[in-house]
Amino acid sequence: MAKNTPSFALSEQEALARFDEIIAADERIEPSDWMPDAYRKTLIRQISQHAHSEIIGMQPEGNWITRAPSLKRKAILMAKVQDEAGHGLYLYSAAQTLGIGRDQMTEDLISGKAKYSSIFNYHTPTWADIGSIGWLVDGAAICNQVPLCRASYGPYGRAMVRICKEESFHQRQGFEILLHLSRGSKAQHDMAQESVNRWYAPALMMFGPPDAQSPNSAQSMAWKIKRFSNDDLRQRFVDMIVPQSEVLGLTLPDRAIRWNEKRGHFDYGDLDWDEFNEVLKGRGPANSIRLERRKQAHDDGAWVREAAAAYAARENKEAMAS
Amino acid sequence: MSSPGGTEHDTWPLWEVFVRASRGLSHLHAGSLHAPDAELALRNARDLYTRRNEGVSIWVVPSSEITTSDPDEKDAFFESPKGKRYRHASYYTEAEGVKHL
Repeated sequence: MAKNTPSFALSEQEALARFDEIIAADERIEPSDWMPDAYRKTLIRQISQHAHSEIIGMQPEGNWITRAPSLKRKAILMAKVQDEAGHGLYLYSAAQTLGIGRDQMTEDLISGKAKYSSIFNYHTPTWADIGSIGWLVDGAAICNQVPLCRASYGPYGRAMVRICKEESFHQRQGFEILLHLSRGSKAQHDMAQESVNRWYAPALMMFGPPDAQSPNSAQSMAWKIKRFSNDDLRQRFVDMIVPQSEVLGLTLPDRAIRWNEKRGHFDYGDLDWDEFNEVLKGRGPANSIRLERRKQAHDDGAWVREAAAAYAARENKEAMAS
Repeated sequence: MSSPGGTEHDTWPLWEVFVRASRGLSHLHAGSLHAPDAELALRNARDLYTRRNEGVSIWVVPSSEITTSDPDEKDAFFESPKGKRYRHASYYTEAEGVKHL
């Protein structure tokens, strides 16, 4: 466009037209561009929730680091949990470009005002659960996240590119844990199967409610934040994991799973959305433990944050004086 | 004119991180992070942005020190090079087929 636009601020109407133009052209919105308030709010909610999920997601796996069955598994699990922390930080940074402060986001998480993915409110009682989280939970997350790399908001898309690159190791290591257990002793095989039985349905529910009951989806798709509907992504995930479960020698706890020649997809059974809503409302198995633990870690770290800030202030003062 | 990010009153200020992937390449913007001072910003940047050998050198800059052009002025501000195709080698077609030119 070689228009000779004078350099004064655009009117709101012109700004909106320009925003719509950028979205329609499949280009990206950047932090200093004008954007509708609702777009900004939707992104802040989605990206901060996503960041909180990464941070809370460190807990169910972190509790296995000391008990992982070998030095190799411990090292892998530590690397993975460290990645989750990193992913949380990439996403917090992306959210901050929209004008919300880091401290505010942390406060919203701890006070229970902000949400995070319900999946992390389930317990991890067995080692096989670390396998199931990698294979099913991270697998579902990847299905969700790959299209987000093309989200219309630049900083979000860029954070997702980095995250997706790192996430694929998470899924593979989980698959490997389950494969080894499945091919091990009968007790190990049973442990793997029992774990998959517990994680299958919650993993499918990670994609969110069915399209008909997902009120915000249409707007998010129009804004090109979301690229595929909840049900489409869920179907894609089922189509991936059915053949994978066969390689594992494990079954999925859903009798309705069968190949549908006509649709070219696997059919699967109804999910218990009442359970999903209960967990979402804070009545899941581990909601209070997760938040309490996060709050405690934040409180325990307060003196470190203050001391580091005080040290930096003193160094600054000395540098100014000299 | 504005600065990216650094408008918040968080406990720790925001820093922008630039990483050189290998010798011979420029430092490229990798992302941002919070840290109380430059030294910790560097250490945090190493942990956050180079967990898989992504870099051999890191720069950190306080976000508040970066000045950006105004996005609303985009057309006017970047007007000058437009319509000046003669600044590109592809503009000169008559040498087509001549070797080493």
